[in-house]
Amino acid sequence: MTNNGIITREIKTDQKFSLKRFFLKWEWMLVVILVGINIMNFNTSVNYGDYNNIMEALKMFLDKALMVFPMMLVILLGDIDVSVASTMALSGVIMGVAYNAGVPMPIAILLALLVGTICGFVNGLILVKFKELSAVIVTISTMIIYRGIASIILADGATGNFPSWFQYFGWGQIGNIPFILAFFIIEAAIFAYIIHKTKFGRRVYAIGNNSTTSRFSGIKVDKIRLIIFTLSGLFAAVSAIFLTSKMGSARPSMAKGYEMDVIAMVVLGGISTSGGKGNVVGAILSIFIVGLLRYGLGLINVPSQTIMIIVGALLVVAVAIPNMKDFISETKLYKMLVKK
Amino acid sequence: MKKLLALVMAGMLSLTVLTGCTTGTKTTTKDNGTKTETANTKGVYALVAKDVNNPYMKKMYEGFETACKEIGAEPLYKGPDQATPEKQIEIINQLVAQKVALIAIAANDADALEPALKNAMTKGIKVISLDSAVNKNSRMVHIQQADPEKIGRGLVQAAYEMVKGKGGIAILSATAQATNQNLWIKWMKQEISENADKYKDTPLVKVAYGDDDPTKSTNETTALLANPDVKVIIAPTTVGMLAGGKVLQDKKSSVLLTGLGLPSEMAPFIEDGVCPWMYLWNPIDIGYLAAYSGEALIKGTITGKEGDKLTAGKLGEKAVTVAADGGTEIKLGDPFKFDKTNISTWKTVY
Repeated sequence: MTNNGIITREIKTDQKFSLKRFFLKWEWMLVVILVGINIMNFNTSVNYGDYNNIMEALKMFLDKALMVFPMMLVILLGDIDVSVASTMALSGVIMGVAYNAGVPMPIAILLALLVGTICGFVNGLILVKFKELSAVIVTISTMIIYRGIASIILADGATGNFPSWFQYFGWGQIGNIPFILAFFIIEAAIFAYIIHKTKFGRRVYAIGNNSTTSRFSGIKVDKIRLIIFTLSGLFAAVSAIFLTSKMGSARPSMAKGYEMDVIAMVVLGGISTSGGKGNVVGAILSIFIVGLLRYGLGLINVPSQTIMIIVGALLVVAVAIPNMKDFISETKLYKMLVKK
Repeated sequence: MKKLLALVMAGMLSLTVLTGCTTGTKTTTKDNGTKTETANTKGVYALVAKDVNNPYMKKMYEGFETACKEIGAEPLYKGPDQATPEKQIEIINQLVAQKVALIAIAANDADALEPALKNAMTKGIKVISLDSAVNKNSRMVHIQQADPEKIGRGLVQAAYEMVKGKGGIAILSATAQATNQNLWIKWMKQEISENADKYKDTPLVKVAYGDDDPTKSTNETTALLANPDVKVIIAPTTVGMLAGGKVLQDKKSSVLLTGLGLPSEMAPFIEDGVCPWMYLWNPIDIGYLAAYSGEALIKGTITGKEGDKLTAGKLGEKAVTVAADGGTEIKLGDPFKFDKTNISTWKTVY
């Protein structure tokens, strides 16, 4: 609804816990979808149910998933960051070039993190200093610029020859658990805490809901925006480290299209693109939905184009249903289910 | 209450993942796991294309499929919707999980697939590359269509003859990291630099990348035409050839075209003179040879080292030789010239 032209959303805080309302949440629907996908996958391929195979499959998409939580914060703000894939490319390329120029590998890794942080910081700084610019415009521009810089550094070449221990990031295991899964779990836990249990998290939701009101309530909107975009860049670099480790090399063209997948995972998780709404649980569920769906379909050799269509359709549904909420709430079925 | 429900949800989630999970000993079977599969003792041979819609890749698969049927193996065609190495890594992983017998891959990047392919090889899968090679550590043997040196030099010499020694040469390539492209371009540049006198009026003006995407290739060609120095375009990629030919024909340009094109696609352009002649080899034969090479590796007839010999069905005896990158390869033959005299015969073949 609009209040003097400012779009706001009712934040319901004083509702009694209702079982019916709990089960109608988008996250619960995601659980159903995830369970459904698993049941389908188990039944279509005997190779799905192998523990080792699933762990290998996780290694394939968890590197992308590391960017989902910072992206979630960005989208909760009501912004977007499409430059993450380019930041990945620039960080990866600089890490490779530095290592091959004689810099010790651990320093090269830190350098990659620094590059990512700077890229994110630049995004945030531009947005904060030039408030008329929207995040879409700024990050589309930096998307082109960052990858362009990577191309200037490396032209069409590749950089690699990393020490053999570097493979551990993308391929290593701690006992039976892939290293990247352990990293993901820890990162998810930290972000879940930050988003749902800290004042910082509450403020992010407030800004996403109504940035003007938040600013006038004393919330440091600019500072929070700057921090979040910097985090987005930092974790793009983290992702780049894992991806480079998985491929054993880095190129200016690496990670093309990754930003779309990350945003898709966030949006599918129920995080609204207009900001201020969403739950970490949803994001986590949607990561596994997209990743395991792609894997399961690929395992039975569904053509790549068909997989694209299926995932795309899932995304459309994810975006359409919350926006159809008013439409749905008028139907008799809904009224019957949520009788006050 | 909420927390209890959350815990119950998490528990149910884990339960669905664990049901059906088989850990511990698992005998290695050669089936690809689908319930609709008929019993096949020879295993699944998978061809991984650069991208799934590429017509050249599909032609290779035709030969691959024919050979698999002769051998008694089950053929499988896979490819990403976009020509990136990241997506090929996902596909390789899925094939490893399916326990295929052979992976024959046309690589989008020579080095980026190394960890994934090495992983496949440690699991007992035979790995070969075709069309666009992976580096020597990532494969057992590469199926080489024709000598890259002959291709590179031959194309430049053809371009020189077409413009009668006067006019700039431009190259319309595929993706910047495709191994085969870079190798051919390297030989093209070397032909020019080693014979600087001969080529002094036909310099290399520009190398453009069409990414094997029809739209981008069309745009790059149009951009090349805007350059008055360009008098002939070499497109060592069938997608680039088709896009370039269309642009030149539509604009009735005097710029000429040569390169590596599919006869079925390029027939109209050869017939009307936009492309006086071009080269290729039979991609169907490459796929065919790849499947037989894979079978030889699986049976143990060859191990991929220099000197090994195998019989590739109707192609006869082939030998494993040393490749330019230090690994080994099996050569199909020499490039074949298509011009007005023979295009009508070949355009129906492939």
